[in-house]
Amino acid sequence: MTENRTFTNLQLTSLVFLRLLIGWHLLYEGISKLMIPGWSSSGFLRESQWIMSGIAKWIISNDGVLNTVDFLNTWGLIAIGLGLIVGLCTRISAISGALLLLIYYFNNAPIIGIEYSVPSEGNYLIISKTLIEAAALFVLAVFPTGSVIGLDVLVARFKNKKNKKGL
Amino acid sequence: MDLDKEKSQQPEERNTQSRRTILKALAGIPVLGLFAYELIEKKSYFKKTKPNLIKELGLEDIEVPNKIPSAAKGDLLRIGMIGFGNRAAQLASGLGFLHPDDMENRRKNGRLDDWLAQESLNVAVTGICDVFDLNAEKGLATAGNKVLSGGAKHSGLLVKRYRTYQEMLADDSIDAVFVATPDHHHARITTDAVKAGKHVYCEKSICLTEDELHEVYNAVKSSDRVFQLGHQITQNVVFQQAKKLMKKNILGKITLIETTTNRNTASGAWIRDIDENGNPKPGSLKTIDWDQWLGNSPKVPFSTDRFYNWTKFFAYDTGMLGQLFSHEYDAVNQLLRIGIPKSAVASGGIYFWKDNRDMPDTLQTVFEYPDRDLTLMYSASLASSYQRGRVFMGRDASMNLGGSLSITANYDSKKYEQKIKDGIIDTNRPMLTISPGTGSIDAVSSATEKYYSSRGLTSTVVNGRTVDVTHLHIKEWIDCIRNGGETSDNIERAFEEGITILMAQKSYVEKRRVEWDPVQRKIV
Repeated sequence: MTENRTFTNLQLTSLVFLRLLIGWHLLYEGISKLMIPGWSSSGFLRESQWIMSGIAKWIISNDGVLNTVDFLNTWGLIAIGLGLIVGLCTRISAISGALLLLIYYFNNAPIIGIEYSVPSEGNYLIISKTLIEAAALFVLAVFPTGSVIGLDVLVARFKNKKNKKGL
Repeated sequence: MDLDKEKSQQPEERNTQSRRTILKALAGIPVLGLFAYELIEKKSYFKKTKPNLIKELGLEDIEVPNKIPSAAKGDLLRIGMIGFGNRAAQLASGLGFLHPDDMENRRKNGRLDDWLAQESLNVAVTGICDVFDLNAEKGLATAGNKVLSGGAKHSGLLVKRYRTYQEMLADDSIDAVFVATPDHHHARITTDAVKAGKHVYCEKSICLTEDELHEVYNAVKSSDRVFQLGHQITQNVVFQQAKKLMKKNILGKITLIETTTNRNTASGAWIRDIDENGNPKPGSLKTIDWDQWLGNSPKVPFSTDRFYNWTKFFAYDTGMLGQLFSHEYDAVNQLLRIGIPKSAVASGGIYFWKDNRDMPDTLQTVFEYPDRDLTLMYSASLASSYQRGRVFMGRDASMNLGGSLSITANYDSKKYEQKIKDGIIDTNRPMLTISPGTGSIDAVSSATEKYYSSRGLTSTVVNGRTVDVTHLHIKEWIDCIRNGGETSDNIERAFEEGITILMAQKSYVEKRRVEWDPVQRKIV
């Protein structure tokens, strides 16, 4: 990823810092779900309104689907969090993280006229922190830093060597 | 020299470069280490606060269940429904049968999926009996609907309309009946049904007089048929947890229990002869068998007021006591087995809904249990919806029990003195809540008092799915029919409740304090 070389030090540091912050957050979100006994996304999905409510209802109505969603959600968050922190598969992690956050957002969007029985922890008009975090991850996917600071460096090296040997 | 220098520098530079690359590659690892350190810190902090309270209170084994046990297996049960008004339609829904119109309504408001997921009880409604043609037709259409809950297949059995309940009871093809008529028929029909060999699920309240209560009690006692009184609070997930909490003596000595009714609508005050568009509801002597409707009550001319608003009149029920206090009493009795009080005093009046009613719209009732050092209070208003709870007041803490449960410690509790001092318990908010919607038991730090103000009488939440508590109550009854065992609201509970209600009613009507004579088994 040659475009990374054009970053100034400050740009690179800022991007990596943002990557670490979001990685930390998502990793803990995932781990905390593991730590709460009997945690399930059903409580969150019950609250779902607007365009995702149909899917949310379907997920709750089926134990197998619900368990799968819970598993994917928890471990997905952990994998994405780890990926962002150590800089492994950074771009894939950032994109999957953004998509996951968008799913949360659309299930719980602060749209005018939609009210949730559980109050949110901030004051939102259409834009919420979840959406902003998704957008930040999108930025990180567009400006990937893993191949400069992160395990992706080693992956790239390994691949290069393999290619050379192949030649 | 220069060349030599170059040669010797190259690998060193390469080494430095590669070391720098490795450092850059592993830059995230220390962050991960810091994360792990903080995680362990947080866990040990958590151990110091939240789990300690749950542990010290001995509540580790209390969890909100995420599964309902499957219904007992057995042959198809053929059911007759006596009375098919609004409540009967809800009972049918709990059994697995919906009228096509109700199905459409549920589809529109997004509640159909929950109903479709309701377990099949392997029953067929084969008989409908109602004195009103319109209700009977609704019953026939409901029982005949081919779409059942739980993906069950319709038995294909014909649904018969019976003109009288006696006709239905005489039919051997009916195994069990629901009694969902106005209250003045309950005791008599239940007595006759049990004598005719039917299992009975009877809506509350059980009786209007002591004589018929003794009669139905003796009839059920001397038969092997399964009886269930139509309450459903016990089936609420939260209620099951409350039972366990009571055993752990979290509240300290309980000397006062306050139960309430807080309603503020015409329909809530049992004015129900007008539909939502302001038009009178249907019904005339042509379509209603009025003599049969009156039963043993005094003969009066037909009126839709009496037919739809029967709760207003003492000839047909005991007002709020039978309709609403019965649920409150059942909740307390199921939890603490308080039984029949020593005395009852009731006072109130008709202060807002000044129509032709007998029943008061404002009523305060006090029951004394000196043997248990306990007062049970029932305070009811039909003219204010200020939400008061159902509160069990103890020396150390109080519990508010409805659709969710919350326990708040008393600021001057001796039992929790140290924990309050240490800041582990904040007496300004619940120290413990159980909301079935959140799927977990919450204590202290994250005690988010949810805004579920319902009294827990309509539905409960199991693993994110809304489950009809009436369905669970019916299921318990059918399980007992198939496998034996005792229903929660068996005839003993029904008798205790019946007497308690009659004591309050007698006190209100006769404007005096009444007592229960346990030897003579009568109210004096």
